[in-house]
Amino acid sequence: MRDDPVVIGIAQAGVLRETGHLVSYALGSCVGICLYDRERCVAGMVHVMLPGEEAAIDRKNPFKFADSGCRELVRLMVERGAERRHITAKIAGGACMFQGERSLGAIGERNVQAVRETLRLLHIPILGADTGKDHGRTIDLDAATGILTVKTVRLGTLTL
Amino acid sequence: MDQYSDLNNTAKEILAEIGNIGTGHAITSLSEMIGRRIDMDCPSVHILEYHKVPELLGGVEQVQAGVLLQVTGDISGMFMFLISESFLKIMLQELTGVKIEDVGRLEEMERSAVCEMGNIMCCSYINALAQMMNFKIDVSVPDLCVDMTGALLSVPMIYFANISDELLLIQASYHLGDLSVVNNVLFLPEMESLKRIFEALGESYEG
Repeated sequence: MRDDPVVIGIAQAGVLRETGHLVSYALGSCVGICLYDRERCVAGMVHVMLPGEEAAIDRKNPFKFADSGCRELVRLMVERGAERRHITAKIAGGACMFQGERSLGAIGERNVQAVRETLRLLHIPILGADTGKDHGRTIDLDAATGILTVKTVRLGTLTL
Repeated sequence: MDQYSDLNNTAKEILAEIGNIGTGHAITSLSEMIGRRIDMDCPSVHILEYHKVPELLGGVEQVQAGVLLQVTGDISGMFMFLISESFLKIMLQELTGVKIEDVGRLEEMERSAVCEMGNIMCCSYINALAQMMNFKIDVSVPDLCVDMTGALLSVPMIYFANISDELLLIQASYHLGDLSVVNNVLFLPEMESLKRIFEALGESYEG
Protein backbone atom coordinates (compact mmCIF):
# COMPACT_ATOMS: atom_id res chain seq x y z
CA MET A 1 0.00 0.00 0.00
CA ARG A 2 1.40 3.34 -1.02
CA ASP A 3 2.07 5.69 1.88
CA ASP A 4 0.26 9.00 1.73
CA PRO A 5 2.43 12.03 2.38
CA VAL A 6 2.27 13.64 5.80
CA VAL A 7 0.81 17.10 5.26
CA ILE A 8 2.36 19.93 7.23
CA GLY A 9 -0.15 22.79 7.35
CA ILE A 10 0.43 26.42 8.31
CA ALA A 11 2.10 26.72 11.71
CA GLN A 12 2.57 22.96 11.95
CA ALA A 13 5.57 20.64 12.03
CA GLY A 14 6.27 16.95 11.55
CA VAL A 15 9.07 14.40 11.75
CA LEU A 16 9.54 11.13 9.86
CA ARG A 17 12.20 8.48 10.11
CA GLU A 18 13.58 6.58 7.09
CA THR A 19 10.44 6.42 4.95
CA GLY A 20 7.64 8.66 3.83
CA HIS A 21 7.24 12.20 2.55
CA LEU A 22 6.59 15.46 4.37
CA VAL A 23 4.61 17.94 2.28
CA SER A 24 3.68 21.62 2.65
CA TYR A 25 1.26 22.99 0.08
CA ALA A 26 1.15 26.43 -1.50
CA LEU A 27 3.77 28.31 0.51
CA GLY A 28 3.30 32.00 -0.23
CA SER A 29 4.95 34.39 2.17
CA CYS A 30 5.34 31.52 4.63
CA VAL A 31 8.63 29.60 4.78
CA GLY A 32 9.00 25.83 4.78
CA ILE A 33 12.09 24.69 6.69
CA CYS A 34 13.27 21.16 5.97
CA LEU A 35 15.83 19.60 8.30
CA TYR A 36 17.57 16.27 7.68
CA ASP A 37 19.95 13.98 9.52
CA ARG A 38 21.56 12.00 6.74
CA GLU A 39 23.20 9.46 9.09
CA ARG A 40 20.02 8.45 10.86
CA CYS A 41 17.58 9.36 8.05
CA VAL A 42 15.45 11.59 10.26
CA ALA A 43 13.49 14.24 8.34
CA GLY A 44 11.65 17.22 9.77
CA MET A 45 9.57 19.99 8.27
CA VAL A 46 8.06 23.13 9.80
CA HIS A 47 5.81 25.67 8.04
CA VAL A 48 6.31 29.10 9.65
CA MET A 49 4.41 32.37 9.17
CA LEU A 50 6.27 35.03 11.11
CA PRO A 51 9.87 35.89 11.94
CA GLY A 52 10.02 35.95 15.68
CA GLU A 53 8.23 35.35 18.90
CA GLU A 54 9.01 38.69 20.50
CA ALA A 55 6.66 40.63 18.28
CA ALA A 56 3.83 38.20 18.90
CA ILE A 57 0.83 38.53 21.14
CA ASP A 58 -0.19 34.90 20.89
CA ARG A 59 2.77 32.60 21.56
CA LYS A 60 0.85 29.38 22.19
CA ASN A 61 2.06 27.77 19.01
CA PRO A 62 5.86 27.75 18.57
CA PHE A 63 5.54 26.59 14.95
CA LYS A 64 4.08 29.94 13.87
CA PHE A 65 7.50 31.55 14.19
CA ALA A 66 10.86 31.06 12.48
CA ASP A 67 12.90 31.17 15.69
CA SER A 68 10.86 28.94 18.00
CA GLY A 69 9.70 26.79 15.07
CA CYS A 70 13.22 25.75 14.07
CA ARG A 71 14.34 25.15 17.65
CA GLU A 72 11.28 23.06 18.47
CA LEU A 73 11.64 21.04 15.27
CA VAL A 74 15.26 20.20 16.13
CA ARG A 75 14.13 19.08 19.56
CA LEU A 76 11.47 16.79 18.04
CA MET A 77 13.98 15.31 15.61
CA VAL A 78 16.46 14.59 18.38
CA GLU A 79 13.66 12.79 20.23
CA ARG A 80 13.26 10.59 17.15
CA GLY A 81 16.94 9.75 17.12
CA ALA A 82 18.59 12.54 15.12
CA GLU A 83 21.95 13.95 16.15
CA ARG A 84 22.24 17.74 16.15
CA ARG A 85 25.68 17.80 14.56
CA HIS A 86 24.41 15.83 11.54
CA ILE A 87 21.39 18.01 10.82
CA THR A 88 21.37 20.10 7.62
CA ALA A 89 18.68 22.38 6.18
CA LYS A 90 16.90 23.22 2.95
CA ILE A 91 14.45 26.12 2.85
CA ALA A 92 11.74 27.37 0.48
CA GLY A 93 9.07 30.07 0.35
CA GLY A 94 9.04 33.62 1.66
CA ALA A 95 7.70 35.03 -1.60
CA CYS A 96 6.35 38.52 -2.10
CA MET A 97 3.05 37.50 -3.70
CA PHE A 98 1.61 40.97 -4.27
CA GLN A 99 3.70 43.96 -5.32
CA GLY A 100 1.90 46.16 -2.81
CA GLU A 101 3.08 43.81 -0.09
CA ARG A 102 6.06 46.08 0.36
CA SER A 103 3.74 48.39 2.21
CA LEU A 104 2.52 45.43 4.26
CA GLY A 105 6.02 44.92 5.55
CA ALA A 106 7.47 42.50 2.97
CA ILE A 107 6.92 39.69 5.45
CA GLY A 108 8.19 36.98 3.11
CA GLU A 109 11.67 38.51 3.01
CA ARG A 110 11.70 39.05 6.77
CA ASN A 111 10.68 35.45 7.34
CA VAL A 112 13.56 34.19 5.20
CA GLN A 113 16.05 36.40 7.04
CA ALA A 114 14.76 35.20 10.41
CA VAL A 115 15.02 31.56 9.30
CA ARG A 116 18.59 32.03 8.06
CA GLU A 117 19.59 33.75 11.29
CA THR A 118 18.01 31.05 13.48
CA LEU A 119 19.71 28.26 11.53
CA ARG A 120 23.01 30.10 11.78
CA LEU A 121 22.65 30.33 15.58
CA LEU A 122 21.80 26.60 15.68
CA HIS A 123 24.90 25.84 13.58
CA ILE A 124 22.77 24.13 10.95
CA PRO A 125 24.16 24.63 7.41
CA ILE A 126 21.72 25.46 4.62
CA LEU A 127 22.39 23.12 1.70
CA GLY A 128 19.75 24.50 -0.62
CA ALA A 129 17.25 27.35 -0.83
CA ASP A 130 14.48 28.45 -3.19
CA THR A 131 13.11 31.60 -1.64
CA GLY A 132 11.73 35.04 -2.43
CA LYS A 133 10.43 36.03 -5.89
CA ASP A 134 6.70 36.29 -6.44
CA HIS A 135 5.23 32.83 -6.73
CA GLY A 136 3.81 30.06 -4.59
CA ARG A 137 5.58 26.75 -3.92
CA THR A 138 4.55 23.24 -2.84
CA ILE A 139 7.41 21.33 -1.20
CA ASP A 140 7.95 17.61 -0.67
CA LEU A 141 10.74 16.19 1.53
CA ASP A 142 11.66 12.54 1.06
CA ALA A 143 12.63 11.01 4.42
CA ALA A 144 14.60 8.21 2.75
CA THR A 145 16.94 10.51 0.82
CA GLY A 146 16.59 14.06 2.15
CA ILE A 147 15.76 15.29 -1.33
CA LEU A 148 13.45 18.31 -1.44
CA THR A 149 11.20 18.80 -4.45
CA VAL A 150 9.76 22.28 -5.07
CA LYS A 151 6.72 22.59 -7.36
CA THR A 152 5.37 25.84 -8.82
CA VAL A 153 2.53 26.89 -11.14
CA ARG A 154 4.61 28.62 -13.83
CA LEU A 155 8.21 27.56 -13.32
CA GLY A 156 7.90 23.79 -13.19
CA THR A 157 9.60 21.62 -10.58
CA LEU A 158 12.97 22.09 -8.96
CA THR A 159 15.00 19.68 -6.84
CA LEU A 160 17.19 20.75 -3.94
CA MET B 1 -14.48 41.51 20.98
CA ASP B 2 -11.28 39.77 19.95
CA GLN B 3 -12.29 37.64 17.01
CA TYR B 4 -14.81 37.79 14.19
CA SER B 5 -16.54 34.74 15.69
CA ASP B 6 -17.24 36.69 18.90
CA LEU B 7 -19.94 38.57 16.97
CA ASN B 8 -23.54 37.88 17.92
CA ASN B 9 -26.21 36.73 15.45
CA THR B 10 -27.55 40.23 14.76
CA ALA B 11 -24.08 41.38 13.81
CA LYS B 12 -23.60 38.37 11.54
CA GLU B 13 -26.92 39.13 9.85
CA ILE B 14 -25.78 42.68 9.25
CA LEU B 15 -22.59 41.38 7.66
CA ALA B 16 -24.68 39.08 5.49
CA GLU B 17 -26.77 42.07 4.42
CA ILE B 18 -23.63 44.06 3.56
CA GLY B 19 -22.44 41.01 1.62
CA ASN B 20 -25.74 40.85 -0.22
CA ILE B 21 -25.89 44.52 -1.18
CA GLY B 22 -22.23 44.61 -2.07
CA THR B 23 -22.42 41.51 -4.26
CA GLY B 24 -25.52 42.94 -5.95
CA HIS B 25 -23.65 46.14 -6.83
CA ALA B 26 -20.68 44.09 -8.01
CA ILE B 27 -22.79 41.99 -10.36
CA THR B 28 -24.44 45.10 -11.82
CA SER B 29 -21.09 46.76 -12.42
CA LEU B 30 -19.51 43.67 -13.94
CA SER B 31 -22.53 43.20 -16.21
CA GLU B 32 -22.14 46.77 -17.39
CA MET B 33 -18.44 46.18 -17.98
CA ILE B 34 -19.09 43.40 -20.49
CA GLY B 35 -22.60 44.23 -21.69
CA ARG B 36 -23.98 40.85 -20.68
CA ARG B 37 -26.36 39.78 -17.98
CA ILE B 38 -24.93 38.21 -14.85
CA ASP B 39 -27.18 36.73 -12.14
CA MET B 40 -26.32 35.69 -8.64
CA ASP B 41 -27.59 33.51 -5.83
CA CYS B 42 -27.86 35.07 -2.41
CA PRO B 43 -24.34 35.21 -1.00
CA SER B 44 -23.34 33.45 2.19
CA VAL B 45 -21.01 34.83 4.83
CA HIS B 46 -18.61 32.48 6.63
CA ILE B 47 -16.36 33.15 9.57
CA LEU B 48 -13.71 30.46 9.47
CA GLU B 49 -10.49 29.46 11.06
CA TYR B 50 -7.84 30.09 8.43
CA HIS B 51 -6.85 26.42 8.06
CA LYS B 52 -10.35 25.68 6.77
CA VAL B 53 -10.59 28.38 4.12
CA PRO B 54 -8.60 26.80 1.22
CA GLU B 55 -10.95 23.79 1.11
CA LEU B 56 -13.91 26.09 0.64
CA LEU B 57 -12.11 27.78 -2.22
CA GLY B 58 -11.53 24.63 -4.26
CA GLY B 59 -8.38 23.33 -2.62
CA VAL B 60 -5.10 24.71 -1.40
CA GLU B 61 -3.29 24.18 -4.74
CA GLN B 62 -6.16 25.43 -6.91
CA VAL B 63 -4.97 28.25 -9.17
CA GLN B 64 -6.99 31.47 -8.80
CA ALA B 65 -6.68 35.13 -9.55
CA GLY B 66 -6.42 37.12 -6.34
CA VAL B 67 -6.89 40.88 -6.35
CA LEU B 68 -5.78 42.53 -3.12
CA LEU B 69 -6.91 45.96 -2.03
CA GLN B 70 -6.33 47.83 1.16
CA VAL B 71 -8.85 50.23 2.61
CA THR B 72 -8.17 53.14 4.91
CA GLY B 73 -10.21 55.91 6.49
CA ASP B 74 -13.25 55.19 8.60
CA ILE B 75 -12.73 51.50 7.84
CA SER B 76 -9.27 49.96 7.63
CA GLY B 77 -8.38 46.51 6.49
CA MET B 78 -8.13 44.40 3.37
CA PHE B 79 -10.27 42.98 0.63
CA MET B 80 -9.15 40.06 -1.44
CA PHE B 81 -11.16 38.90 -4.41
CA LEU B 82 -10.58 35.34 -5.50
CA ILE B 83 -11.89 34.99 -9.00
CA SER B 84 -12.41 31.53 -10.41
CA GLU B 85 -10.43 30.63 -13.52
CA SER B 86 -13.48 29.96 -15.71
CA PHE B 87 -15.18 33.24 -14.80
CA LEU B 88 -11.94 35.10 -15.39
CA LYS B 89 -11.53 33.57 -18.85
CA ILE B 90 -15.02 34.62 -19.92
CA MET B 91 -14.68 38.14 -18.53
CA LEU B 92 -11.32 38.63 -20.21
CA GLN B 93 -12.60 37.29 -23.49
CA GLU B 94 -15.55 39.71 -23.36
CA LEU B 95 -13.32 42.62 -22.40
CA THR B 96 -10.34 42.09 -24.66
CA GLY B 97 -11.72 39.88 -27.41
CA VAL B 98 -8.84 37.49 -26.83
CA LYS B 99 -9.33 33.86 -25.74
CA ILE B 100 -7.14 33.23 -22.70
CA GLU B 101 -5.58 29.76 -22.51
CA ASP B 102 -3.53 30.08 -19.38
CA VAL B 103 -4.63 32.49 -16.65
CA GLY B 104 -1.22 32.04 -15.10
CA ARG B 105 0.34 33.93 -18.01
CA LEU B 106 -1.50 37.19 -18.58
CA GLU B 107 -0.36 40.14 -20.67
CA GLU B 108 -0.16 43.62 -19.19
CA MET B 109 -3.51 44.71 -20.63
CA GLU B 110 -5.23 41.59 -19.30
CA ARG B 111 -3.70 42.09 -15.86
CA SER B 112 -4.97 45.64 -15.94
CA ALA B 113 -8.47 44.44 -16.79
CA VAL B 114 -8.46 42.00 -13.88
CA CYS B 115 -7.24 44.70 -11.49
CA GLU B 116 -10.03 46.90 -12.73
CA MET B 117 -12.56 44.12 -12.03
CA GLY B 118 -11.18 43.80 -8.51
CA ASN B 119 -11.36 47.54 -8.05
CA ILE B 120 -14.99 47.63 -9.20
CA MET B 121 -15.91 44.77 -6.90
CA CYS B 122 -14.17 46.32 -3.90
CA CYS B 123 -15.89 49.64 -4.48
CA SER B 124 -19.21 47.77 -4.65
CA TYR B 125 -18.73 46.55 -1.10
CA ILE B 126 -17.41 49.90 0.05
CA ASN B 127 -20.48 51.60 -1.40
CA ALA B 128 -22.69 49.08 0.41
CA LEU B 129 -20.98 50.09 3.65
CA ALA B 130 -21.13 53.79 2.82
CA GLN B 131 -24.84 53.52 1.99
CA MET B 132 -25.61 52.03 5.37
CA MET B 133 -23.61 54.60 7.32
CA ASN B 134 -21.91 57.85 6.54
CA PHE B 135 -18.33 56.67 6.15
CA LYS B 136 -15.35 58.02 4.26
CA ILE B 137 -13.28 55.15 2.93
CA ASP B 138 -10.25 55.22 0.65
CA VAL B 139 -9.24 52.29 -1.54
CA SER B 140 -5.66 51.49 -2.53
CA VAL B 141 -4.44 50.65 -6.01
CA PRO B 142 -5.35 47.01 -6.66
CA ASP B 143 -2.70 44.29 -6.83
CA LEU B 144 -3.04 41.09 -8.79
CA CYS B 145 -1.50 37.68 -8.25
CA VAL B 146 -2.45 34.48 -10.07
CA ASP B 147 -1.23 31.46 -8.15
CA MET B 148 -2.23 28.66 -5.78
CA THR B 149 -5.04 29.52 -3.34
CA GLY B 150 -2.93 28.73 -0.28
CA ALA B 151 -0.14 31.00 -1.42
CA LEU B 152 -2.57 33.90 -2.07
CA LEU B 153 -4.21 33.41 1.33
CA SER B 154 -0.89 33.42 3.17
CA VAL B 155 -0.78 37.20 2.74
CA PRO B 156 -3.92 38.14 4.70
CA MET B 157 -3.36 35.20 7.06
CA ILE B 158 0.05 36.47 8.07
CA TYR B 159 -1.05 40.08 8.19
CA PHE B 160 -3.77 39.20 10.66
CA ALA B 161 -1.83 36.42 12.43
CA ASN B 162 -1.17 38.52 15.51
CA ILE B 163 -4.78 39.65 15.64
CA SER B 164 -6.91 36.66 14.78
CA ASP B 165 -6.87 33.08 13.48
CA GLU B 166 -10.03 33.73 11.49
CA LEU B 167 -11.01 35.04 8.08
CA LEU B 168 -14.36 36.48 6.96
CA LEU B 169 -15.49 35.07 3.64
CA ILE B 170 -18.38 36.12 1.39
CA GLN B 171 -19.25 33.48 -1.19
CA ALA B 172 -21.63 34.02 -4.08
CA SER B 173 -22.62 31.92 -7.08
CA TYR B 174 -22.52 33.88 -10.31
CA HIS B 175 -24.41 32.79 -13.43
CA LEU B 176 -23.20 34.06 -16.81
CA GLY B 177 -24.78 32.34 -19.80
CA ASP B 178 -24.21 28.61 -19.31
CA LEU B 179 -21.53 29.15 -16.71
CA SER B 180 -22.16 29.01 -12.98
CA VAL B 181 -19.21 29.70 -10.73
CA VAL B 182 -18.56 30.64 -7.17
CA ASN B 183 -16.56 33.79 -6.58
CA ASN B 184 -15.15 34.61 -3.22
CA VAL B 185 -14.45 37.79 -1.33
CA LEU B 186 -12.35 37.93 1.78
CA PHE B 187 -13.35 40.94 3.80
CA LEU B 188 -10.83 41.61 6.53
CA PRO B 189 -11.62 44.70 8.52
CA GLU B 190 -9.50 45.56 11.53
CA MET B 191 -11.42 44.81 14.75
CA GLU B 192 -11.78 48.50 15.56
CA SER B 193 -13.30 49.14 12.14
CA LEU B 194 -15.76 46.32 12.55
CA LYS B 195 -16.90 47.72 15.88
CA ARG B 196 -17.32 51.10 14.20
CA ILE B 197 -19.66 49.59 11.61
CA PHE B 198 -21.97 48.19 14.24
CA GLU B 199 -21.77 51.27 16.45
CA ALA B 200 -22.76 53.42 13.47
CA LEU B 201 -25.84 51.24 13.03
CA GLY B 202 -26.64 51.52 16.73
CA GLU B 203 -26.37 47.76 17.08
CA SER B 204 -24.76 45.74 19.81
CA TYR B 205 -22.45 43.18 18.31
CA GLU B 206 -20.99 41.01 21.02
CA GLY B 207 -22.30 37.51 21.60
